[in-house]
Order: sequence, then structure tokens, then C-alpha cells
Amino acid sequence: MDEKEYESYVKKVTPTTSLAKNMFMAFLAGGIICLIGQVLINLFIKMGLEKETAINYETLILVFSAILLTGLNVYQKLAKHGGAGTLVPITGFANSVGSCAIEFKKEGQVFGIGCKIFTIAGPVILYGLFSSSLLGFIYWIYTLFSH
Amino acid sequence: MDYLKAFLIGGIICAIVQIFIDKTKLMPGRIMVGLVVLGTILGFIGLYQPFIDFAGAGASVPLLGFGNTLMKGVKEAVDSEGFLGIFLGGLKTCALGISSALIFGYIASLIFNPKTPD
Amino acid sequence: MQHIGKASISFDNTPYIQEYASIVGKKEGEGPLGKYFDEINEDSLFGGDNWEDAESRLIESTISKLLSKANMSSTDIDYILSGDLLGQLIASSFGLVNFNIPLFGLYGACSTFGEAVSLGSVLVASGAANRVIASASSHFASAEKTFRFPLGYGNQRKFSATWTTTGCGSVIISKDTGKVKITGITTGKIVDYGLKDKENMGACMAPAAADTIYNNLCDFGRNPSDYDKIFTGDLGYIGQTILIDLLREKGIDISDVHSDCGIEIFDINLQDTHAGGSGCGCSASTFCSYIMKQFEAGKFKRILLVPTGALLSPTSSNEGNSVPGIAHGVVFEAV
Repeated sequence: MDEKEYESYVKKVTPTTSLAKNMFMAFLAGGIICLIGQVLINLFIKMGLEKETAINYETLILVFSAILLTGLNVYQKLAKHGGAGTLVPITGFANSVGSCAIEFKKEGQVFGIGCKIFTIAGPVILYGLFSSSLLGFIYWIYTLFSH
Repeated sequence: MDYLKAFLIGGIICAIVQIFIDKTKLMPGRIMVGLVVLGTILGFIGLYQPFIDFAGAGASVPLLGFGNTLMKGVKEAVDSEGFLGIFLGGLKTCALGISSALIFGYIASLIFNPKTPD
Repeated sequence: MQHIGKASISFDNTPYIQEYASIVGKKEGEGPLGKYFDEINEDSLFGGDNWEDAESRLIESTISKLLSKANMSSTDIDYILSGDLLGQLIASSFGLVNFNIPLFGLYGACSTFGEAVSLGSVLVASGAANRVIASASSHFASAEKTFRFPLGYGNQRKFSATWTTTGCGSVIISKDTGKVKITGITTGKIVDYGLKDKENMGACMAPAAADTIYNNLCDFGRNPSDYDKIFTGDLGYIGQTILIDLLREKGIDISDVHSDCGIEIFDINLQDTHAGGSGCGCSASTFCSYIMKQFEAGKFKRILLVPTGALLSPTSSNEGNSVPGIAHGVVFEAV
């Protein structure tokens, strides 16, 4: 059996969980988190905040709640069922930051928490910044000619 | 209506990403990076902001929205600052998301300890 | 003691397992083998300060338990052969420092218990030592931290993923008559079928297990039915299917005698452990509890234990390497 044959054989004998079920759970979890976000935004707007400010407060609360639930050992239990539904929202980003900080605290403030807090969040920030700056550069060239 | 749209659209985005989790060897880290980068691209070509205007939190809460926010910041900064805006804008608009996650994450590490699942 | 066949050693003056001990975590204690372990510790930190410290304490208390069960002190032991999954074997180093026994630190990933018992038997059979301890351990949290994600990270495990056993198993191998004799070993080579999926370790390791079992049967001129059981270390359900298929291709049917420590140690339906248990501590603690007790109850005459290891590191998988496997076979017989 060569490598390709073995890989396809392994794929055949490896049971997978139902994609439809996982997608439904992701839909439910992600939908609910976004719904909570919308409820918060509308609430803050009703309280008289500007839309931008309302969104900022909403983000703040979602991030805070996700990290609190991570510390209380709840977020990971939700994620077990929610899958992408808990990974994709900003709360998933917050969970990655919080869980790394908590896990590596025993390795010290600087080399433990300080370095490892970025283990999963770092790439997200780096590549988000890099691609937006690259596209920003293109946009800058465009502005030079359009004026 | 706001609520229904947020729930449905946010849910659909997550359900689509679930396909990538289940059917590819991409780890969650790569998927998160991919979403943010995709968000910057969609923001750049001007598709994402109208989408947020339509779907509200259903489009802004997923990490795609985070990418869009980054892009929005860079665009605005390029408009006002020119070349330097490429480097000034990104972190400005997404400062809240990054700072809050890091600061709350750090505080959490002072309070909580890692636990094994039951 | 002589080298036979391709990869085996047969012992004529056989070394014996004189005593054994196993300590496991809460989840393992709640599993099907719960009643066979010497101790179940409900505290996942084992009284320690962090996960690495926890594993060291687990090793230290298992060796202490072993010595007290055998009515011995560390001066009665010539060597320890021990290994774990952490970088530079820190769990073993810090766990064994107080015993003042000469140490061979071993790394064979999850096959370490097989490697330790093999080399320990050779030391004793050759006359280089009278009594040695062979030991291996793993801890769920220290392994997750090293190889996977922080415990608090919301990751969805695939069905093919395994659950690292929190446990340590240790034996005293001696030239004096004991509970079980070690009549031969078959040393595994690295087998790599090019698989890169570290969430499907069973599939990565099954070819190595098949190779070692095949060599063992050829070298000793045996059939699968000459063994009451062939225990692999931590192939899990998927690995088991693959192993049986791979050997069937070579005309060998082990389906009647095969068991896997990773399948035995957890209840897949009740304990949500997906494909089964894994880790060095999986085969070590299963051997040093259930398997030894079956021997003592007269239920086994001869078994082949084949702990299986996946030879990857976080670096090697980041660099896009495959996950090669290795498996070390040891033949145990009733006295």
C-alpha cells in the first residue's frame, strides 16, 4: 500500500461525526451569539448612544463574557457542541486569548502569560494587520490617481 | 427583524465555517486567520459594509467583521493621512476588540486556574 | 539470551516481573478498569503546583507505591528506565530525583513502556543488573498543553482524536522468580505511511504495530492463537480496525485475540473519549493493573504487549512532517 492508498483507506475506515448535525449546532450557537450582540446594540442605542459607540460597548461585553466563561470552564463546554458557532464570533477570539493566558500563567508573567497569550490571537492580529495594510497600500496608490 | 437577521446570518456564516472544520485539516487557528483576512478583502472591495448594514450583528460579530473593521480603519486613515495611513489605521479601529481581549484575558489569568475537563 | 529472527530477543534465563504498581487519575478510575488500579487520585494536580509538577508527583508516588508493595527500598534497585511525553523528559527527571537510583531516561512516545520493559529485561537477563524498575507515565493536561491546545480553548475534538491517559505504571523486573516471566521482546522500527493527521494517531501508529506483531510471530514461529491476547498500546477503535486489516493482508488474523489498552481503559459511550485512551501511561497503567491481575488470576498463559508510539513533536508537525509510528513488543508468560 503506498501513501496515497493508505490515506484514502484511512479516510474510509475513520468514522466522522455527522456534518449536518455539526453545521446545525454551529448555526444555532453562532446565531445565538450574534443575536445577543444585536440585542446589546439595540439596547445601547435605545439608551441614547451613537451606533458606533453602541457597537463598541457590545463588543466589550461579548469579549468580557467570553473570557469570564472561559475562566469559569464553561466556554469550552459550549464549544464542544457549538464548534464553528463558538469559534467564528469575536467571542472565539476572546476565548483563545483568555485560555492561553490562564494555561500558561505558571510559566511566569513575561515568558508564560506575556508570550503565550498571543499563541492563537497573535496570528489573527498579524495577518489581519498585514492584509489590511497591503490592501491599504493598493488603496493609497488608487487615491494618488483618483485625485 | 433585526434580531432574526442577526440570528440567521450569523448562524449561516458559522455553519459554513463548520464545513471547513469538519472536512479539511485546517486547524482552528488557520480558520480564524482566514476569516479575518477574508474580512479585510471583502471590506476592501466594499462588499462587507453594506452586508453589515443589512445583517447587523450577524455580520459584525463574526471575525469577518473584525477584518472589515481593520480595513475600514486603514482606508479612513489613508484618506486623511495619505501613505502613513497604511500603518496608522488598522489598529485604531480594532483597538477595542484587541485591547479588551488582552486586558480581560490577562486579568482572567490572575484569577482563574486551568482545569481538566470532567 | 539470544537474538532471533529479524528483530527479536529470546530469553532463556527469563527475567521476571516481581512487582507492579499503577496510579491513575479520576477519569481513568471511573473507567472499566477502575477496580484494578492501586490508587486513583481525584486531584488532577496530584497536590502539585502545575501540570508538569503533577505528572512528576504521579511518577514519584507510583514508584514509592511499587517499592512499598515489594517491601523494598531504592537501594534494592540497580536501575530505573523511565519515560514520559514532556520535553526533555522533565516529568521523569523531577519525579525520580529523590530515589537516587541510576536512571536511563527513555523516549519512545507512547511506546515507552514497551521500550523500558524491553531494555530492563535485557539488563537483567544479561546479568548487568539484578533488579530494575521500568516505568512510563502521561498526564492529560500536561500532554494537551504540550501537543494540543490550552485546556480552556474551545476546540471541537474529532471522532478520531484520542484522550491522553493520566496514569503511571511501573514494574520491578528481577532475576528472582516473580509473578510473570518475560520470555522475549520484539523491537519495533520506525514505520511511516506518510499520514500527517495528528488527530488520527491510531491510523498513524497501526502500521508500526502491524509490523512489530508480524515480526514477533515470524521470529518466534508462532500463530496469533499462541497468545491468549495481543494487547496494543493506544491504537483506539480506528487503529484497531486498521491493524486487523493490515495483518489480514499478510494472511494473519488477530481479530480473535486482539485488545487495545486504549479501548479497555475508557468506556467510549459513557466517558466521551472518542477513539480511546492514549499516552505512555495508557499501556503502562493497563498492564500494571488489569493485565497483571489477569495473569495472577490464572486467566492468561501468554500475552504479547505492544505499546505503540507516534513519533511527532509540535515542531515536526508545524514543519509539515508526517507522523511516523513505532511499536515495541514484549512477550509475558505465566510462571
